[in-house]
Amino acid sequence: MSDTEQQAGRNSIEALGARVLGVLRYAGGMSLLLGSVAGATARGLLPGRVRFRWSALAGQMVRVGIRSFPIVVLVQLFIGMILTLQLAPTMSDYGQLDKIATVIGIGGFRMLGPIITAVVLSGFAGASIAAELGTMVVAEEIEAMRAMAMNPIRFLVVPRVVATLIVLVLLTVVADLVICLGGFLACKWALGPDAYSGFWETVRVEVTILDLTTGLVQAAVFGILIGLIACHEGLNVRGGAEGVGRATTMTVVYSLIATIVASGVFTVGFYLFKL
Amino acid sequence: MIEAADKPSPVIKVSDLTKSFGDTKVLRGVDLEVYPGETMVIMGGSGCGKSTLLRHMIGSLMPDRGSVELFGQDICRLGDRPLDEIRKRFGVLFQSGALLNSLTVGENVALPLKEHRSLDSATIDIIVRIKLNLVSMRHAIDRMPSEISGGMKKRAGLARAIALDPEILFYDEPSAGLDPVTSTQIDRLMMDLSGKLGVTTLVVTHEMDSAFRIADRMCMLDAGVILKVAPRQEFEAIRDGDPTGDETTDLIRQFLRGDAAGPITRRQIGVEFETDILRAGER
Repeated sequence: MSDTEQQAGRNSIEALGARVLGVLRYAGGMSLLLGSVAGATARGLLPGRVRFRWSALAGQMVRVGIRSFPIVVLVQLFIGMILTLQLAPTMSDYGQLDKIATVIGIGGFRMLGPIITAVVLSGFAGASIAAELGTMVVAEEIEAMRAMAMNPIRFLVVPRVVATLIVLVLLTVVADLVICLGGFLACKWALGPDAYSGFWETVRVEVTILDLTTGLVQAAVFGILIGLIACHEGLNVRGGAEGVGRATTMTVVYSLIATIVASGVFTVGFYLFKL
Repeated sequence: MIEAADKPSPVIKVSDLTKSFGDTKVLRGVDLEVYPGETMVIMGGSGCGKSTLLRHMIGSLMPDRGSVELFGQDICRLGDRPLDEIRKRFGVLFQSGALLNSLTVGENVALPLKEHRSLDSATIDIIVRIKLNLVSMRHAIDRMPSEISGGMKKRAGLARAIALDPEILFYDEPSAGLDPVTSTQIDRLMMDLSGKLGVTTLVVTHEMDSAFRIADRMCMLDAGVILKVAPRQEFEAIRDGDPTGDETTDLIRQFLRGDAAGPITRRQIGVEFETDILRAGER
């Protein structure tokens, strides 16, 4: 092997090592942030000197939830309709058109509800949280808080992460129902009585409480991930307005990746444990 | 002159402070002492390390080597909680004012009081009005930071910095970006607060007019090294005197006078260019 080839090999290994180190460093930063958020939340909820900032939580929930609600409804309504119409020909061929409510219900509650809502929320809430915190970093507001002996984790991160978690769970419940509504409307308008006559009854019978809870557990984890990623990116902004823009973009990218990876892990777990 | 035996303990003591960002050495073994009640001005050109030094003093940065003692405690080796207890004893006015944009001016000033004092809201409201009155900002109590000017933001930031009646006040470039009149008003306010409240004041600035107005002692920082710490009068003598031939004194003199040519220019752009500048000046 020539010197040039050896050098190229070394460079590739170094680049790979740097990438792995970067991922580990990011995961470490996120873990530390998660630990700080959990600690600050627990201290706030337990009786004592430190108060949980309920008003800040309510404010963040309104901000995150109200803005995301219409788009979640719109997107999930269309997802329900599209999925129904895409499945209809094949299910019709097998004479299973009456089972379309089962597929939409289970698919919606277990997967599409939490995932699509998380995707919408990462764009709305995640990006806005990262931009807001990033701007505060640039304007020295975070440093000023630290200088005033105020913990930015307790003041800024905890309300945002908890709000994202709660809002994502609540929106997922809405999304689950809206997906089914979309499916029902598509059946009603395009597929005829075979598909829609017993639609809601089938959903009620076939979709179990386990389907709902597995979806909501996923939603809660996606909410924590999106909130943490957004706060982590926002608080680590460097380099002014350009840094804020980069943090906003990376929040959406990392949130989507984290959501999909977490969903994959959950799916494997649910499959192995037959949940 | 204070004899060694009578000398009070420094309220701020920086020892051998060294800090690098990557390959760039920003502070190279800085030693500085600030005594109770005095106003110390740290000056130096852009990038000389003065803001980095300030950030170490308020616990925002940790040094690579050395220590920063406030009230006799090394804040570089304190945990979060003891450090927060120290932080409650000083106030900081940041360059931009650093008001929280989501809160009104009044809420900004009330923030440290709500967080660190067990006071009812009526008492907090009274204190907020008193503090805003001190900086002539009472009329803006309900305004949002985005609705007020840069000078007003600094005054509001100052009201917030003094909310807990601090023993030390740190100012980061208090006159930067302000018109001369507002800048003088801010200086008066700083001197007023220092006189009325008896607080120790540390100011980082490169605005020389302002520095000479407010300082008891001054400190010249250059390339991460302290060149001179002395009473204001000594720096005035250097500024008003002739070049001495001593590189350090002439560098300080050039900085204080804002001359285009001198040791700083030679270091930055070389001798030939400095000659060009001198010729252009003569023309």
